Amino acid sequence: MAMKTEIGKICLRVADIMIEELKLEDVTAETFDPDLDLVDEVGIDSMDLATVALVIRDEYSIRIDEDDYPKLTTIRKISDYIQQKQEEKAQAAAG
Amino acid sequence: MKTVSSLLDPHWYERYKRISRLNIRSSIYDVTNRCNLRCKGCFFFSSGEHERAAEETDLGRWEAFVEAEKARGVNLAILIGGEPTLCLDRMEAFYSRLPTFCATNGLIKVPRDRFPDMMIGISLWGDEEDEKILRGKDTFAISSKNYAGDPNVYYLYTITPRQLGKTEKIVQKIRDAGLKIHMQLLSNDEGVDGFSWTPEELLAIRQEMDDILDAYPDTVVSSKYYHKIITSGEMLGRRFGWQQCPSVTQPLDRRDPRPRRLIDFIRWASDLKTMHRCCTSETRDCSTCKDGAAHMSWVMVNKRAHMRSTEDLQNWIEVYEMFAKLYQFIPW
Ligand code: SF4
Ligand code: SF4
Repeated sequence: MAMKTEIGKICLRVADIMIEELKLEDVTAETFDPDLDLVDEVGIDSMDLATVALVIRDEYSIRIDEDDYPKLTTIRKISDYIQQKQEEKAQAAAG
Repeated sequence: MKTVSSLLDPHWYERYKRISRLNIRSSIYDVTNRCNLRCKGCFFFSSGEHERAAEETDLGRWEAFVEAEKARGVNLAILIGGEPTLCLDRMEAFYSRLPTFCATNGLIKVPRDRFPDMMIGISLWGDEEDEKILRGKDTFAISSKNYAGDPNVYYLYTITPRQLGKTEKIVQKIRDAGLKIHMQLLSNDEGVDGFSWTPEELLAIRQEMDDILDAYPDTVVSSKYYHKIITSGEMLGRRFGWQQCPSVTQPLDRRDPRPRRLIDFIRWASDLKTMHRCCTSETRDCSTCKDGAAHMSWVMVNKRAHMRSTEDLQNWIEVYEMFAKLYQFIPW
């Protein structure tokens, strides 16, 4: 997962959170494919996602709506979501 | 990292994908405190839960309550009691708003014009003789007439130790009535003599359950892994009980560490305010609890723990499919 962009950094951090919170074995943030389907391949369920969402909320100060869970199917999609929420927050603060 | 597709061949992977996004959110509702039977060993009456809360009688309040449950994210309402069919209007408040399952003793026929495809589970505690001892009458004689051939009905057969060697006859009766059967084990909450399980009996009944599943695959809705878990109380080296149970009412769950559990699960009393501890009764000893749904849910909430091997993951899929069939999320 060699990505130097902002979204790349978020992907790496989300992968780290997943590995740590869900105790995933034989994978590092660098080797975690950001496009791997989290339900169909990693086997995570909504309880796992809720656990990860709590850490993301605390770390990025954004709320992940439960209604949005079904579309957060990969690490990249979660990272895009985080970035988008952060931008919305920044715009709201500026406006 | 082990992935799902690396553990499963294409056939099993398809089966996995059919259930992996169902996201079942169930809760349980006491529709009434009354029943037209008084079975020995009924957890509801033996624990005094029937007196914990006065029934809400205003239908409008039931309807508003179900709307709120829907907004809370519930997508499976499991109606129990007492006997839910004594209150068809309350049942309809659920059925018209949510996927609904009704657990009944089958003595009253649910009118199919009002509830065309609602899944119904009829309780059965054994053969004629045991039913008379434990429930005061042979309920099968009545319930099988009420529901013969109904595609959205199954018997929830609570096997007692005295049923050892007799289960096949029951399965045949149910097959002949054109119905399906799912099995769980009696927890004997009232300590009726001769109805508590010994370790040897549990081993023997596991074999018997496996055999009838092999012999009647179109009638029996079950899985051998479920048989193993419900008879041994063990899964992946863990022991079932209070610390592991997934079916504890969430707002009352103070366990620390908190185990993997059903998200937002609540068992509501019929006043629509009081919550009961879990899917059975507060007075039941968790170390001997044999509740079938709690054991199935225990497997279901522990998916990633079953990604150790192909066999473990296939076992998980079979249990999840069984639950999804019993509650109409996938066809039989
Ligand atoms: S039919 Fe069900 S609710 Fe009624 S007494 Fe028997 S076990 Fe209890
Ligand atoms: S009695 Fe059974 S269902 Fe209830 S908390 Fe104990 S183990 Fe769980």
